[in-house]
Amino acid sequence: MTANTTVYKAPETSGAGGAPARPPRRRASPARRSGWTPWLYLLPALVTLGGLLVYPIYQLGLISFLEYTQAQVSGGEPTTFQGLGNYATLFGDSQFWQVLLATVVFAAACVVATLFVGCALAVLLTRVRALPRLALMMAALGAWATPAITGSTVWVFLFDPDFGPVNKVLGLGDFSWTYGRYSAFALVLLEVLWCSFPFVMVTVYAGIRAIPTEVLEAASLDGASQWRIWRSVMAPMLRPILIVVTIQSIIWDFKVFTQIYVMTNGGGIAGQNLVLNVYAYQKAFASSQYSLGSAIGVVMLVILLAVTLVYLRLVRRQGEEL
Amino acid sequence: MSTRTLLRVRRPGRLAAEAAALVIAVAVAFPLYWMVLSAFKPAGEIQSTEARPWTLAPSLDSFRRVFEQQDFGRYFLNSLVVAGTVVIASALIAFLAATAVTRFRFRFRTTLLIMFLVAQMVPVEALTIPLFFLMRDFGQLNTLGSLILPHLAFSLPFAIWMLRGFVKAVPEALEEAAYIDGASRTRFLWQILFPLVFPGLVATSVFSFISTWNDFLFAKSFIISDTSQSTLPMALLVFFKPDENDWGGIMAASTVMTVPVLVFFVLVQRRLVSGLGGAVKD
Repeated sequence: MTANTTVYKAPETSGAGGAPARPPRRRASPARRSGWTPWLYLLPALVTLGGLLVYPIYQLGLISFLEYTQAQVSGGEPTTFQGLGNYATLFGDSQFWQVLLATVVFAAACVVATLFVGCALAVLLTRVRALPRLALMMAALGAWATPAITGSTVWVFLFDPDFGPVNKVLGLGDFSWTYGRYSAFALVLLEVLWCSFPFVMVTVYAGIRAIPTEVLEAASLDGASQWRIWRSVMAPMLRPILIVVTIQSIIWDFKVFTQIYVMTNGGGIAGQNLVLNVYAYQKAFASSQYSLGSAIGVVMLVILLAVTLVYLRLVRRQGEEL
Repeated sequence: MSTRTLLRVRRPGRLAAEAAALVIAVAVAFPLYWMVLSAFKPAGEIQSTEARPWTLAPSLDSFRRVFEQQDFGRYFLNSLVVAGTVVIASALIAFLAATAVTRFRFRFRTTLLIMFLVAQMVPVEALTIPLFFLMRDFGQLNTLGSLILPHLAFSLPFAIWMLRGFVKAVPEALEEAAYIDGASRTRFLWQILFPLVFPGLVATSVFSFISTWNDFLFAKSFIISDTSQSTLPMALLVFFKPDENDWGGIMAASTVMTVPVLVFFVLVQRRLVSGLGGAVKD
């Protein structure tokens, strides 16, 4: 189990400049003139991505500048160019700002919680014998493998005011978690944490195992506490891995959809639990305002692109070759 | 390894750590346990306010309701077809692409790599809108193709990004030796590189399988009128009712949906170990 999870993440760790230094890659020898061969190999991927990713993104941008509602979809009215009209509508809507704020705060809370729990448990894994380690690893893999939709339903059931065990144990009576705004967000956060910490834990654990034994031994001989070892030895050496899991967590948590949609029944009472992704979907498909939905999608894309740029800077600064 | 030395901490400390690990493991596994338990509970016990963590009278009633649903077998089969096609197609396409970007030097190589990274950031849900129109224009609505194609596109960038490491790990000397022995480029690609990278392909397929199997958004948005083309999550959503949810049915359907993923995880892990046991020896 452990050996295999280490291996599982190996490309990630080495790809982002993991602890063991790899010899610099040799330049291609003249015998391997590439010519058209790489493009031939890339062709299927580029065709698929071009047709189903790049083109839809272009369309998304286009629709966000048009007036596009049910009338245009059915062909009853011609589409008209709106310029930045949709964005003006969007930015003038106080609900949009409220949803944006909720998205950022919620995603940030998820990321922080996931990273903290994932890293803490990874360190814990290095301090226990095989059996407890296997138990925790198996439980985590189970949570990881659970489909988001089933995970969401199970968590809602666990916290059900009438039939769920959690309220019984905590003595909360018939307290409804999904009724209040913050308790609903807290419930979703717990579920997101449950299904996303295993990725961080397994990756960081694999990284810790790659740290030379002597380094950690020396630190503990010098009397460093576990926290000190983490802060001064492990974390700096795991920096590349930590960057990868942080960025992945940001991307995933910013895009949370299924959990909110299922657990708060499409965004909560009066949309109190909406996040951008669900908001865009509801605007487009529930109220047929496709252009507004697209504009929200564009805003999300821009935010995530900004995150990507920060990520690339961090990777580049380490002198890592892509 | 490093764990061995780290174990030489004070004994009480270790015992506390192990106790904590076990408690956390139980807590993490509890939702899954509760799901399976509730699926087997007889109707009376699920709706009871006692919420006992065991059952003395396991019943298959809930599973029966799930399987007797109209077209349930069909949904299951559809899910398998969609996930299977995406896994195989994305593995092959990503293998070729990863080989191109790691074993060749050409113009725009770095640009392409950055684009593959950026592509991972695209919020899938936001693209549902243009994809809906695209599928409609190509007459793909209500077909399994409308699920397969987008999932293929969304799993490719991550698959390429991840496979890169595996392809890179195959020594270049092996490639040179193959050419000296007279192997053609195609022969090297499929008969030497492919088997060596296979464990990586399997690891990658975990991600594409899970994301495809889990999807309910595309299924909900693109399969709008022909329910015979629906996938498993739809069979789960049936049990959500506005007045009172059928929790037994929901939990049984969830169990049925989760088991294949767990099986896939276990299978893949074995494959990974055996695959790496016989990996490249210099």
